[in-house]
Amino acid sequence: MSLIEQDLAMSTTAERKVVTSAPGVEPSPDWVIVTRGITRNYDMGGEVVHALRGVELAVRRNEYVAIMGPSGSGKSTLMNLIGCLDTPSAGEYWLNGVLVSRMEDDELARVRNREIGFVFQTFNLLPRASALQNVELPLVYAGVSSAERKERAKEALARVQLADRMDHRPNELSGGQRQRVAIARALVNRPAILLADEPTGNLDSTTSEEIMRVFEGLSAAGQTVIMVTHEPDIAAHARRVVVLRDGRISSDETRDTFVASLNTRA
Amino acid sequence: MSLLDAIRLALTQIKVQKLKSFFTLLGVTIGVMFLIAVVSIVNGMSKYMEEDFAAKFLGVNTFTLRRFPDFNMGDVTEATWREWQRRPQITVEDANAVREALPPQTHWAIQDVTWGTPVSQYRNGGPQSLVNAVSADYFVIKNLEVERGRVFTEQEEMVGAPVVVIGKETADTYFPSIDPLGKEIRLEGLPFRVIGVLQKQGSTFGLSLDRQVIGPFHSDLKRVTKSRRGLYGVLVQGVTNTVQQEAQERAREVMRRRHHLHPSEPDDFMFETSESALSGWQTIKQALVIGGIVLPAIGLVVGAIVIMNIMLVAVADRTREIGIRKALGAKRRDILAQFLVESATLSFFGAILGIALGFGLSKLIREISPLPSNVALWSIVVSVIVGAGVGIIAGIYPASRAARLDPILALRSD
Repeated sequence: MSLIEQDLAMSTTAERKVVTSAPGVEPSPDWVIVTRGITRNYDMGGEVVHALRGVELAVRRNEYVAIMGPSGSGKSTLMNLIGCLDTPSAGEYWLNGVLVSRMEDDELARVRNREIGFVFQTFNLLPRASALQNVELPLVYAGVSSAERKERAKEALARVQLADRMDHRPNELSGGQRQRVAIARALVNRPAILLADEPTGNLDSTTSEEIMRVFEGLSAAGQTVIMVTHEPDIAAHARRVVVLRDGRISSDETRDTFVASLNTRA
Repeated sequence: MSLLDAIRLALTQIKVQKLKSFFTLLGVTIGVMFLIAVVSIVNGMSKYMEEDFAAKFLGVNTFTLRRFPDFNMGDVTEATWREWQRRPQITVEDANAVREALPPQTHWAIQDVTWGTPVSQYRNGGPQSLVNAVSADYFVIKNLEVERGRVFTEQEEMVGAPVVVIGKETADTYFPSIDPLGKEIRLEGLPFRVIGVLQKQGSTFGLSLDRQVIGPFHSDLKRVTKSRRGLYGVLVQGVTNTVQQEAQERAREVMRRRHHLHPSEPDDFMFETSESALSGWQTIKQALVIGGIVLPAIGLVVGAIVIMNIMLVAVADRTREIGIRKALGAKRRDILAQFLVESATLSFFGAILGIALGFGLSKLIREISPLPSNVALWSIVVSVIVGAGVGIIAGIYPASRAARLDPILALRSD
């Protein structure tokens, strides 16, 4: 019996509260993300804040999911957990069939490096490094040799049409170009999921559309994409929209039903 | 992340902030500079003492049998001094007995010494010269060579020919612009004929080695040096240090037998060698070396504190960068290594700069002072190691703070 199977056996006996999303989904390589009743509490000066109150979420390979919700709904917390930047107070999280919710810091760092490609609202590029060096960064921590790093970083930049800008520093690039560098960096280690946190938050609408087209292209090419946003028209680019409210999933629907419900509300 | 990547990263970081980096490493630079300079001065003094002074005064692989030490570089207590005064004189008979007992491949010479003022027909009075009544091998032992003329032979010594070899300065003083060879020089009214002038030797401790008059021991010079009361010493040189040791042991046995010493009694004579003459110097040298380590150490401690503070500021300034790196998969040890390597590299550059300045300082001292100051290879090696070590030690705390940062909080910082 493998470690994962042992974890599974234990988890089935554990008492758990199924709220919504994918009840009964068993973690397997088909499912990139499976969470079971994950909660996250913060101790804010003696007062416990329940940011997540038991989230059940399952995401299949090659899905394109938007996570929405008003501020305070827990979407940032969920993103941090999905991105393995944080671990849940309780509950389980399987990423690519591996239980990651109980991992130590350094194991999480390894998982982030191999399985997660981050795209941030503020791009988070290293200001003094060139586009190429920024894209190389995950490969540096993956222990890839210098020559191979350059090769793969160039490829990744070519995928986002920035091959001609690879020696430019972030301050020599436009907002849209910066975000495309960030996307190239996120993809360079061929992660299981591309995790975008308000990827268009700092961009004008034209540039936002440009980035959304990049995401759609990646999704079409088989990349699993998870995007956290509070803008419904950005969320509408995803094929599935999960809405969080008060630390729980309040709705989980396809784009079409989401768009339809948007129109009803409007 | 490999070490090479970390070093490359550190170099970029240092290049970006040249001025700040320079001030950061100033402490280390100054510390290392003084380490290099002080060690080179001590080294120079050592060279001066051991090669110049010891070799010129005492000869190489040579011992001098004496009543008590002539060269003292430590405190001599009253009791020791009194004990020395009670010791029997070293006599010509002692010297001959020692000679009988010597192993092969040795040179032997009697030396008796006094200060005297020579008189020539060109000059009456002047600075004192060291008057030496010696046997012929003295010139061999002391490696003395003539500039003009010749030294006296063993025959001349045996018959007590009234000839002398004089130092360069003595020659210039008593025979100004005149060839001294064949001329007469008088000591306490006794006439001697100059047969040679020694090559210029320079001076040690302000004592000119060129104001000398050297003549055969068995000549009338013996009366000038009043050698009946005892000899200045008996010089023995071995071809090698081993031969010297062997000769010294034999001489010791002879002297103990002649002085009827019981095995429990200590020697009542001594062997002056370059090692024994320099034993006091060794103590001074140790003190200097300790001083030479303590002073730079203070600089290095200050340097370490500066580096630590600068690195703490760097960690605070680059919190977001750390967050990004962690999000992208940097483990704790990657971040730790990054900052440790950065501070070690910084400090290493400080050490390199300090070594360069230390070289300069050492050269300057060599130019403006008589010390042949000489940069020691070990001090460079120590500087490089200490330089990088200071960086690593100073970097531990800031780097571990960086490594422990929570990626979520770090990403959120400005």
